[in-house]
Amino acid sequence: MIQDLVIYLLYIGYAVAVLLVFGTVLTWVERKQAAVMSDRIGANRAYVRIPFTKVRLIWLGLFHGLADGLKMMLKEDFRPKTYDRFAYAIAPWVVFTPVLLVFAVIPFGGTLVPAELLRALPSAAAWFGDRTYPLQIARLDAGLLVVFAFGGLTIIGAMLAGWSSANKFSMLGALRAGSQMISYELIMGLTVLGLIVIYGSVDLGIIARAQSGVLLGFLPAWGLFYQPLAAVLFMTAAIAENKRIPFDLPEAESELIAGYFTEYSAMKMGLFMFAEFIEIAIIGALFTTLFLGGYNLPFMADDGFTLPGGHVVALGHGTVVVVQMLVFLAKVMLVCSFQILVRWSLPRFRYDQLLKFAWKFMFPLALANLVVTAIAVWAVRT
Amino acid sequence: MTWWERAYLFEILRGLGITGGVFVRNMWRWMTLRKGALTTYYPEETRSDYALRNRGKHVLTQRPDGRPQCIACNLCATICPAKVIEIEAAFDPEDAAHPKYPARFEIDYSRCIFCGLCVEACPEDAIRMVKEVPNLPTHDRSGLWLSLDELLTWNPQSDVAKPYPPGPERKPAQRAS
Repeated sequence: MIQDLVIYLLYIGYAVAVLLVFGTVLTWVERKQAAVMSDRIGANRAYVRIPFTKVRLIWLGLFHGLADGLKMMLKEDFRPKTYDRFAYAIAPWVVFTPVLLVFAVIPFGGTLVPAELLRALPSAAAWFGDRTYPLQIARLDAGLLVVFAFGGLTIIGAMLAGWSSANKFSMLGALRAGSQMISYELIMGLTVLGLIVIYGSVDLGIIARAQSGVLLGFLPAWGLFYQPLAAVLFMTAAIAENKRIPFDLPEAESELIAGYFTEYSAMKMGLFMFAEFIEIAIIGALFTTLFLGGYNLPFMADDGFTLPGGHVVALGHGTVVVVQMLVFLAKVMLVCSFQILVRWSLPRFRYDQLLKFAWKFMFPLALANLVVTAIAVWAVRT
Repeated sequence: MTWWERAYLFEILRGLGITGGVFVRNMWRWMTLRKGALTTYYPEETRSDYALRNRGKHVLTQRPDGRPQCIACNLCATICPAKVIEIEAAFDPEDAAHPKYPARFEIDYSRCIFCGLCVEACPEDAIRMVKEVPNLPTHDRSGLWLSLDELLTWNPQSDVAKPYPPGPERKPAQRAS
């Protein structure tokens, strides 16, 4: 259907734009937040001068991200004498592309009814008919599985980069990245299983919709309140999966220079960094969808607010869609900010501690959480 | 370690609370238009807490008529361990009391070590150091040479050491502040 094509092209454009903007802005947020956390001012020297004037736009250092990008583009693209040119060249892309793809299954808003949005243009509205589109690029039955499948691909990228660099530090970094990411991927999967048991689906759209209700009369029915332990474990495993401090053993500047991307420079190295920052946003989006009710505000349904006292505030369809998208972005931004807070607060693990933490501490906890959840769900349903 | 500490999560949350608290406090200061940082935005801002005796920047004292008090004796240039002071003396037959004066007095701040020996060597109290640091960031080495004009541009009115012409009643010099 041509209508579907139009709508989904719009969705894809939106998703790519959101991710790229998040990736760029997060570099700035990371700098500034780290600075404010440690009583500093933060990067604020880069500016854009309006041509032919002396007006300098500094905007709190927002252009540092731009300057970084430009620097990455213009630097010499150093190539090590490696035996595997091909793997070396595609490794950054293998890391970068799956990260972008994961967003396809994440719902970033409620349901869109184009005919109702375009009521001012009767012909356009008639063209769309009574079609409805959930704000989600791919409504796959296998939603969460796709997330984990693509998440697993980034391991291959990191391993490829390390292997093909012909450098001992890269090699060590790749080995560390491999074992770490596989361990924590498992824990991520296990923690999410509890939610799947509760909601009975792996489709992220259904999971997000199921969280729009109210729990005990006042709590929003978010995954966080059903599965608090799982939320903590998921967040921890996700940060480890993204290889950021306190789990940045694969990079570990003080030990391995830059780990598996030691031999990369210019934009190839930039791709690794960019993938890391986009993955922060992806983790934020996943955590929001699974545990923070996705695009749902408390007491808000598709036709407006229903406050606990029975008070109803009706909203138009357009307003609801925009509010839901903004709510989703705001929640993602908050989770990203939390990850940056963690990154600038905690010291790095030792490598044996890292794996011990995964297998002897988080793994039993995740299993226990799953068992308790399963028993509780069984007790409630029978 | 107690079980509380070994459970890891609680202590981590406490740590995150501390750093997050600092973040919120500083953000609140920025949002209420105060400064939320301990660092100084150099060179736009100057620190207000330089010590009184900080040897920051050289100044040349002046006589009431605005001419430098320096008699171009070259003692400061001689004692200077970094050899940064360059003086070119000139002769002024009009001024009977101080016929010798500096036509050129330059300090190369790219090499100055701020030891203050020039101040101690000066017999005429013509060179002093104030606590503020010179505003020197520049793209060019030549910008680090401060000449007579720049060394004289300070506020000498309250700090003239000697009356001119020199009389018997000499007041002790006030420190430039």
